[in-house]
Amino acid sequence: MQSSNAINYDYTIAKCFTVATIVLGIVGMLVGVIIAFQLAFPELSNLAGEYGTFGRLRPLHTDAVAFGFTASGIFATWYYVGQRVLKVSMAESKFLMFIGRLHFWIYILTVAAVVVSLLMGITTSKEYAEFEWPIDIAIVVLWVLWGVSIFGLIGIRRERVLYISVWYYIATFLGVAMLYLFNNMEVPTYFIAGMGKWYHSVSMYAGSNDAMVQWWYGHNAVAFVFTVPIIAMIYYFLPKESGQPIFSYKLSLLSFWGLMFVYLWAGGHHLLYSTVPDWVQTMGSIFSIILILPSWGSAINMLLTMKGEWGQLKENPLVKFYVLASTFYMLSTLEGPIQAIKSVNALAHFTDWIPGHVHDGTLGWVGFMIIGAIFHMAPRMFRREIYSKKLVEAQFWLQTTGIVMYFTSMWIAGITQGMMWRATDQYGNLAYSFIDTVEVLHPYWTLRAVGGLFFLIGVFMWAYNIYKTATSSRAIEKEPQYASPMA
Amino acid sequence: MDMELIRSLQGWGYIAMIFGLTIGFYSYIYHLYKSQRDGTKDYEKYSNMALNDDLSDTLVEEKYPQDNKKDNEER
Repeated sequence: MQSSNAINYDYTIAKCFTVATIVLGIVGMLVGVIIAFQLAFPELSNLAGEYGTFGRLRPLHTDAVAFGFTASGIFATWYYVGQRVLKVSMAESKFLMFIGRLHFWIYILTVAAVVVSLLMGITTSKEYAEFEWPIDIAIVVLWVLWGVSIFGLIGIRRERVLYISVWYYIATFLGVAMLYLFNNMEVPTYFIAGMGKWYHSVSMYAGSNDAMVQWWYGHNAVAFVFTVPIIAMIYYFLPKESGQPIFSYKLSLLSFWGLMFVYLWAGGHHLLYSTVPDWVQTMGSIFSIILILPSWGSAINMLLTMKGEWGQLKENPLVKFYVLASTFYMLSTLEGPIQAIKSVNALAHFTDWIPGHVHDGTLGWVGFMIIGAIFHMAPRMFRREIYSKKLVEAQFWLQTTGIVMYFTSMWIAGITQGMMWRATDQYGNLAYSFIDTVEVLHPYWTLRAVGGLFFLIGVFMWAYNIYKTATSSRAIEKEPQYASPMA
Repeated sequence: MDMELIRSLQGWGYIAMIFGLTIGFYSYIYHLYKSQRDGTKDYEKYSNMALNDDLSDTLVEEKYPQDNKKDNEER
C-alpha cells in the first residue's frame, strides 16, 4: 500500500517543533548537569554572579525540560501522528496551517520570556508554576491554539474512530488546561494594591489550601505532561516502527480510563505528614498504589506487542529505545507508589531518592520516548534515511549507562540520607548533624552529575544525527512503512 | 449548615462517587469484552490505524462513507 501520496502529509509544524524539542532539550539538560555539579561542588555556583546560582538555575532546568523539551516533543509528535492516524493532511486546511504556525511562534516567544524572567529571578515561587501572570496568559493562548489544532484536525478527519493515541493527546490538552488554570489563579499585586511591579502577583489561595492546590497541580503535571502524552507516543511509535499491532486494543482503552480515574487523586502523597487533613494524605497513598494497575496495563500491553518479535531488539535500535522506555515506565510507576506508602515516605521524603525516582521516569521513559519518536519521524519528514545507526546505538548505551548511574546513586544517597536523619543515640539525641550527611553523600552527588553528563552527551549525539539526517543523509525514494531506514 | 454536616456530606458524596465510577469502569470492561465476543464490534482492528496510516491506505472505518466515496476514488 506504499504510495508517493505520503508526501501529502504536511510536516511543516512538526519540523518546527522538532527543532524546538532538540534545542530546548539541550538547554534544559545542560542546565540540569550544571546544577548537579553545583550540588557536588558548591563553588561552581559563583561562576556567573546571581545568574549562575542554583536558585536561579533550578527552575530553569525543570521548566525547560518539562515545558520546553517535553512540551515541544508533545507538539511535534501531535502534528505528525495526528495527521497520520486521522488520515488527513494539515495542507488540506489553510486555517489549521495558520493556527499551527501561530501556535509555534507564540510558544517560542513565551519560552523566551520564561528564560529571561527566570534568569532575572522573577518568579511566583510555586514549583513548576513559577511564571508570573503575563506569561501565564500567553501560555493559555498557546494552549487554546493547540486545542484548535487538535479539534480542528479531528473535525476534518477521514477515519471515523479516534485512534488511542488521539485520546491521550486530548486528555493531555484537557488535563493541563484544567490544572494550569486552577493552580495559577493569582492576584496581580500592583493593580489590586499598588504593591510590587506590574508583573508581580500572589496566589489566590493561602496556607494549606495553596499547598493542596499546588500539589494537586504538581503531581498531575507529572500525569498530564510526563505520562499521558508519552503513552500517546508509544501507542503509535512502537507498533508502527515494529510493524506489530497493539497486543490488546481493548486493554489500551480500559487502561486509559483507569489512568484518568485514578491519577487525579494521587497528588496528596506529596504532602504526607504535613498540615493537610489526614484523609487527604490517606487518599493520596491509596490512589498512588492503585495507580500501578493502569500504568502497568499500558506498559505490559506495549511489551506484549513485541511478543514473538523480540529479535527486533537486536536489529533495530529505535525498538530498543521504546522497549526500554516502557520498562523504565514500569520501574518508575512501581517505585512511585512504594514511596507513597506512609511508612516508606517517612524515610524517603525530602531525600535524594525522590529526584532519583523522578529521573528514572523522565530520562528513561520521557526522554527515550521523545528521542525515539523523533528518530522515527526524521526519515519520513526529511525523506532521508537516518544518518548513522552506529551513532544511534552508541547514544542508546551511553544514555542508558547515564540513567542507571543517576538513579542508583540517588537510591543509595537517599536511603543513606533518610537513615542518618532519623538515627538517634540511646538518649534520643540525633546521631548526626546535617554536615555529616553532606560528607557521606558527596561521592553519590558526583556520580549523579556524571550520569547526567553522559545523558547530555547522548542528547548532543542525537542532535547531530538528526541534523545530518535532515541535511546530508542519503535520500529515500519511498517512505518506509515500518522500520526506519538507517545507514 | 454547620461544618460537621458539610464534612459528612463531603465524605458520603466522595464514597458514592468512588462506587459509581468503579461500577461504571467495570461495566465498561464487561461491555468491551462482550461486544468483541458477540461480534458486535471488533475493537482490535483499530490497531491498524497506526500500521496502515498512509493517506492512500484503506480506512479502518470511514467517517462519512457516502461523502468519502468520491474522495477515495480521487485518492
